[in-house]
Amino acid sequence: MNSENTAAIEALDVAKHFGQVEAVKGVSFCVNAGEIFGFLGPNGAGKTTTINMLTGLARPDHGRISYFGRDYTANLKKAQHLMGVVPDESNLYPEMSGLDNLSFCASLYGMGKKERETRSRELLASFGLTDASKRAFGGYSRGMKRRLTIAAGIIHHPKILFLDEPTTGVDVASARRIRELIAGLKSSGTTVFLTTHYIEEAQRLCDRIAFIVDGRIVRMDAVAELLRQTHGKHVVELTTSGSLTQMREEVLRGFSNVEFEFPADNILRSITEQALALAPLIRFLEERGIAVTEARAVKPSLEDVFIRVTGIEVDRMKKEKEKKGPQ
Amino acid sequence: MKQWIAFWNIFSKDIRTYYLKPPNLSWGIIFPLAWTLMFFIRSGGDVDLFALLPGVMTMSILFGTTSLLSVTITFEKKGRSFERLLLAPISLEYLMLAKTSGAIMFGAINAFVPLIIAAFIVDLGAVSWALLICGVVLTSVVSTFLGLFIAVAVSEVFEAQTFSNFFRFPMVFLCGLFFPIERLPVFLRPLSYVLPLTYGGDILQGAVNQSALMPSALSLAALVVFCAGLFLLSVRTIRVKWIC
Repeated sequence: MNSENTAAIEALDVAKHFGQVEAVKGVSFCVNAGEIFGFLGPNGAGKTTTINMLTGLARPDHGRISYFGRDYTANLKKAQHLMGVVPDESNLYPEMSGLDNLSFCASLYGMGKKERETRSRELLASFGLTDASKRAFGGYSRGMKRRLTIAAGIIHHPKILFLDEPTTGVDVASARRIRELIAGLKSSGTTVFLTTHYIEEAQRLCDRIAFIVDGRIVRMDAVAELLRQTHGKHVVELTTSGSLTQMREEVLRGFSNVEFEFPADNILRSITEQALALAPLIRFLEERGIAVTEARAVKPSLEDVFIRVTGIEVDRMKKEKEKKGPQ
Repeated sequence: MKQWIAFWNIFSKDIRTYYLKPPNLSWGIIFPLAWTLMFFIRSGGDVDLFALLPGVMTMSILFGTTSLLSVTITFEKKGRSFERLLLAPISLEYLMLAKTSGAIMFGAINAFVPLIIAAFIVDLGAVSWALLICGVVLTSVVSTFLGLFIAVAVSEVFEAQTFSNFFRFPMVFLCGLFFPIERLPVFLRPLSYVLPLTYGGDILQGAVNQSALMPSALSLAALVVFCAGLFLLSVRTIRVKWIC
């Protein structure tokens, strides 16, 4: 089978409920071999449940899951040799050293002693963890833990890697290193299924993105295409001297031909097809005691696309996730 | 895929991580010693070691295996490292056999501690060794699988400990080790025969004292049935509760 021409992952109408709660409501998508596919959504949108179903940690109630053209829905165990999984919380053994953890994970895939030791040392070196290889995993910093968990996920050279929030809660340097590693995986031909709440990270790394909200995929496209659709618009961001919270309805009513977003308490964003004359809007605000302190044209980003598609403020999503934090 | 590599590494990792830790090693030695000493003091020094040995061996196995396995599996489940094992391309049955093999060995070794001590005090020439080894191994397997059954039924470590005692203590008093089954109230006797420890203890009675209540073949067969039942039930529970 030529993996270049076949979808690495194909999910068709996959659904899952827990009691009365419909966690995933029939999602369908294809991930092409060798691409980085982003799966974005707020907390509780169904991202982790979808990953659990794809990897065999949860049983779908409905739908079909295929890898490289073969249907594995009935027995996902048989597809597990194809995939590596890096969960949102590091799940290695705290009392074991970095080297022993990697070697143990390799043994779960039937790798012989010599092969797994060589591979473990190779990964420790490329993830910058050689000096810490003999130290217990429990004593690692968050960034080091994430890196070792990613190394454990690719120890057996999987064709597909599932990465659930790989950079959440790690320092800037570690996050940058992890992003470089992910980009390196793509270069080596690994298909990556990535969930993250860092939109700019998804924009930088992913080829295609699906937005999932409340268990449904609400938009799915190539990153370039998502941005192109938004680029046609004129976006201007006004920063004001006071809060706009009480005035939102009034602004919307006063300028009904303009689309507005309120990304923060004192920030108003106008989105129009044609360039907007700002004077009436500024005057409108000033008449109500609100001064405009800054006005700037905004080049739309994936974050804007996300906000428009999901209606969710990215900052709030980040804070919620970081509050929860990884282990 | 070479599944035996995964099996061996899960087994050896558990041995290193849990069973060879000093507190557990000392538990394996101190527990049988404490029981022996307790009965020795109670009898005023006039203790019949042959009568005591099957009971102490059986309890050493039961407490050693159920305590450790139920706690370690719950601990790994809670820390999510068990998820890593569930993601490995090995069958769930094979995985659970690997996870329980360390406890089985630990239980069997625990059973031999009082036997080794007894060897310095009394002549063990009359012991039926083949039957004793079969009894020890099967009792160890059944106790481990009971620990597994408890581990998969709960989600917290403290629940595992509480739930273990719910099974263990009634079993110790009803399985005929310290009170002969025929001396139990009539309404409790049927209960004795649905407890795996009754058969394990009876095999050891037969091997050490040649005073088994039931034929050895029947007890061995009953233990095999209990082992299979508890294991399959535990694996089914994991499928239903953990991979849901």
